Amino acid sequence: MGVKLLLEKANVPGIRTYDVYRREGGYATAEKALKEMTIESIVEEVKKSGLRGRGGAGFPAGMKWSFIAKPEGVPRHLVCNADESEPGTFKDRYLMEFLPHLLLEGLLISSFALGSNDTYIYIRGEYAWVADILEEAIVEATKNGWLGKNILGTGFDCMIHVHRGAGAYICGEETALIESLEGKRGNPRIKPPFPAIQGLWMRPTVVNNVETLAAVVPIIKMGGDEYAKIGVGRSTGTKLISACGNINKPGVYEIDMTISVEDFIYSDEYCGGIANGKRLKACIPGGSSVPILPANLLLKTAKGETRYMNYESLSDGGFATGSMMGSGGFIILDEDQCIVKNTLTLARFYRHESCGQCSPCREGTGWMEKILQKIESGKGEVSDIDLLWDIQRKIEGNTICPLGDAAAWPVAAAIRHFRDEFEWHIHNRALSQTSNFGLQHYADPIHVPA
Amino acid sequence: MSLQFNNEQMTEFKRLVARYPEGKQKSALLPVLHLAQDSFGGWLPTEAMDYVAILLNIEPIEVYEVATFYSMYNLKPVGKFVFEVCQTGPCMISGSENIITYIQTQLGIQPGETTKDGIFTLKLVECLGACGYAPMMQVGKIYREHLTKEKVDAIIAEYRMQVAAQN
Ligand SMILES: Cc1cc2nc3c(=O)[nH]c(=O)nc-3n(C[C@H](O)[C@H](O)[C@H](O)COP(=O)(O)O)c2cc1C
Ligand code: SF4
Ligand code: FES
Repeated sequence: MGVKLLLEKANVPGIRTYDVYRREGGYATAEKALKEMTIESIVEEVKKSGLRGRGGAGFPAGMKWSFIAKPEGVPRHLVCNADESEPGTFKDRYLMEFLPHLLLEGLLISSFALGSNDTYIYIRGEYAWVADILEEAIVEATKNGWLGKNILGTGFDCMIHVHRGAGAYICGEETALIESLEGKRGNPRIKPPFPAIQGLWMRPTVVNNVETLAAVVPIIKMGGDEYAKIGVGRSTGTKLISACGNINKPGVYEIDMTISVEDFIYSDEYCGGIANGKRLKACIPGGSSVPILPANLLLKTAKGETRYMNYESLSDGGFATGSMMGSGGFIILDEDQCIVKNTLTLARFYRHESCGQCSPCREGTGWMEKILQKIESGKGEVSDIDLLWDIQRKIEGNTICPLGDAAAWPVAAAIRHFRDEFEWHIHNRALSQTSNFGLQHYADPIHVPA
Repeated sequence: MSLQFNNEQMTEFKRLVARYPEGKQKSALLPVLHLAQDSFGGWLPTEAMDYVAILLNIEPIEVYEVATFYSMYNLKPVGKFVFEVCQTGPCMISGSENIITYIQTQLGIQPGETTKDGIFTLKLVECLGACGYAPMMQVGKIYREHLTKEKVDAIIAEYRMQVAAQN
């Protein structure tokens, strides 16, 4: 069993309620932070912990906090990003659904450190019942003096508000999220100014992911140095991974980042192997936006070294032969899956979610979907593959926000690693409508069921 | 004006607006549109959007802009129960296509359509954050996960019974 810092108590009956959470030692860390620590020392511990943002970009949380502007007389805000809409990702939902008070405790400590008297949780609109759970938890925490005015007699006021979105992946991008929180369309803003200077209502704002803010609790509890000892290198602490696709045990797992990809997929403690005795074909290890990897490059790097479930190892080899940790959405494809079709569903997703502000993203995502549809339905030409490659290159790096890149990367990686599967579709138009390309040479060379 | 929040809905409206600072009441627009949609039959006629504009003291265009941007707001009438089935990659590789086809045959409608009796609407949606519990769909506030043909049958029967009980 690996170390559990976030989900340790997830299975305690009734942990969702204040009474049980408190009985299990909950809010003791918040008490310590508010009563015994200074703002500076809290930020310092988070810096020392090496905690990197869990929303996808992996930016060091302590450093982000230290950027927040503190102009005299202007309120500051902490916003918790619970938009969680990256396909393959469902870890924040798990945390909020089962441990709402852990998130609230993390938010309270973080709000205190940042000086946010009104903190918002921006939750995707579809998680309506999760929003209800959070609201209930807020009522309980307020009743017990952990939220409201003059908390624990420290003079610090803090209220946490739940704000439901209404269906838009782009609102996970922090400036689009802020626009949405202001009651507008979710169009990302041009940066600078960064939210830390001018964010919500043009006030200094920090936006952090749910898991990042929950991790503040164990960090303050054990101290930044101790936290940093868990994991490896710059991948400190634990990470939640939501595993899905063709595995025996889909679900949310907390890992310390020293486990190998192979163990994560095949051990019974985690994914439990590929479902139905099939073989592993490919994996998207960090949410739909990150490059897909064929089995052989997933389990071992191009240099033939074991690949591990951490930021550095997953991106070993760059985009040529590696991928990314991303949001921790771990999607497994078995031998029966068609890469063209999978890529098509993702292209459709990004076309649907593009906010339309920049033409390379708006037009490019539409074109990519159309061409992939053409190839998938047996009408493709060889030149379509080059056209796809060309379009994704023109999107990448030419847009206001990273959604453009996020749409381009999956297509690029699919062509990079599975070009022969695309060609097979084109050369076997009729056959491709009734059967699959299969495994070919991509298969995981290690685990072949008897 | 005929569309109006009743007392209970008005209390909820005030609770939502109170979350934002003075003068920033426009921030309540998304939550208030959810409330309006839930209160006025599952969709947002222009009249409802105009009403929300008045309540929040903003221009109607500011409401239309937002209502048309977000996928959860219905701008056309929908059935009593909307089946929003996820069709994105992770669900697709876990068998969502068969489930979608099965629902289409059982209800006799295509995605985007409503059954003649006005009970069911079928919508295909993108990832709902339930990829590990696929195939899945959202019906109202609830997620229906690990769908099989048998489960779909049972769910349809359950909602039909609910409607029959109300009549
Ligand atoms: C298109 C797009 C979607 C995003 N969606 C999310 C999301 O759902 N949740 C999230 O925490 N971060 C998301 N992000 C990242 C946020 O912009 C931001 O970096 C993050 O919330 C910062 O928190 P962290 O540093 O704690 O990770 C998204 C970014 C982009 C470009
Ligand atoms: S890259 Fe796409 S989603 Fe991002 S701002 Fe431009 S059009 Fe909108
Ligand atoms: S892909 Fe269907 S819920 Fe995520």
